[in-house]
Amino acid sequence: MCGTCGCGSDSNGPTILKPGEHEHVHGEHTHSHENHHHHHDGHHTHEHSHKHKVLEIEQDILQNNQVLAARNRGYFEAKNIFSLNLVSSPGSGKTSILERTLADLKDEIPFYVIEGDQQTLNDANRIDALNIPVIQINTGKGCHLESDMIFDAVKKLDVKNDAILMIENVGNLVCPSMFDLGENKRVVIISTTEGEDKPIKYPDMFHTSDICIINKIDLLPYLNIDIDKLKNYALQVNPNLQFFEISATTGEGMDAWYKWLKKNVI
Amino acid sequence: MHELSIALGIVKISEDETAKAKAKKVTKIELEIGELSGVELESLNFVWESAIKDSVLEFAEKEINIIKGKGKCIDCDTEFDMKFIYDTCPKCNSNFKGILQGKELRVKALEVI
Ligand SMILES: Nc1nc2c(ncn2[C@@H]2O[C@H](COP(=O)(O)OP(=O)(O)OP(=O)(O)O)[C@@H](O)[C@H]2O)c(=O)[nH]1
Ligand SMILES: [Mg+2]
Ligand SMILES: [Zn+2]
Ligand SMILES: [Zn+2]
Ligand SMILES: [Zn+2]
Ligand SMILES: [Zn+2]
Repeated sequence: MCGTCGCGSDSNGPTILKPGEHEHVHGEHTHSHENHHHHHDGHHTHEHSHKHKVLEIEQDILQNNQVLAARNRGYFEAKNIFSLNLVSSPGSGKTSILERTLADLKDEIPFYVIEGDQQTLNDANRIDALNIPVIQINTGKGCHLESDMIFDAVKKLDVKNDAILMIENVGNLVCPSMFDLGENKRVVIISTTEGEDKPIKYPDMFHTSDICIINKIDLLPYLNIDIDKLKNYALQVNPNLQFFEISATTGEGMDAWYKWLKKNVI
Repeated sequence: MHELSIALGIVKISEDETAKAKAKKVTKIELEIGELSGVELESLNFVWESAIKDSVLEFAEKEINIIKGKGKCIDCDTEFDMKFIYDTCPKCNSNFKGILQGKELRVKALEVI
């Protein structure tokens, strides 16, 4: 099994594809697999010396991901790339927000997009339709993106200097919170249909995010969600969160979000 | 289920360290897992057997030290026990705090042979 991506075997590992590429091509997902060898020392187990040795290693289990995330961060900084990691439950509107943002700002800002999903090129194809350079990472059984996948994808995307890199994580409010990708800002998206107590049900994601987008506000007349209550729960988890209330469908509230984006690319 | 990734991360560290020490296998592994780390022990135990299969950890005894959550209020300096990452200061109700411990996710020691 693969220690970094959780794949059962290499054919189940993440694939990194551009729209139009063949799906059966196994991606350039390169983490070291040299430790995958099995131990077939069955016939040598008869030494009874019992020399147990204790290795006090004190090693952080996520260290490998963190080291590679730091490498990504350095790369982004050197190239003046502003990178965002978009996280949410499935269907909160990550791709829809990207579609509208890219359509409205692409003449002003160079964008690049990395799409993460377990399967399909659907989201990458939606971005590709806007003529924005995009790459799809299919994580297979994995339920989140990790920093080595981003490193490979960024190289394949050939991201130019002074750009915004949007990374849409796998729709999942739990484990992407633990895996730093080296992004500049983490953006958690919650839609008005999800209930105001999401932030305390999935606190880790809100705790590790910088920005909280509340999407689908066009549906407010049909719902009895209390937005202030939602924000208060979110602030209880993370008092530093900054909010944007938007509708990717109608475009309402997008201006404040655009202003914030532009402020971050010079 | 990120606990599988976590378990496989533990296997990788154990494989690397065992090889470095020129040992054959691990007889005991000591883990430190904080109550605020985001890892569910039940889920970790659930995936453990399949993750360690055919690895140096296959026959290792597993010991988990659970580290309690503790925070310190930024507004009034009170130190308090935390069960959840969103717990507020019991004295002044502030949401602003530093987490002193409970985020740990570490392989503390390996006993190898
Ligand atoms: N009414 C309304 N519907 C929206 C809005 N934004 C997105 N949707 C709808 O919500 C559904 C899911 O949107 P996506 O953008 O695909 O969501 P996602 O977060 O990218 O989903 P995954 O990638 O599968 O996790 C689609 O049917 C969208 O049309 C919005 O602001 N208002
Ligand atoms: Mg999507
Ligand atoms: Zn792999
Ligand atoms: Zn995951
Ligand atoms: Zn998970
Ligand atoms: Zn206080």
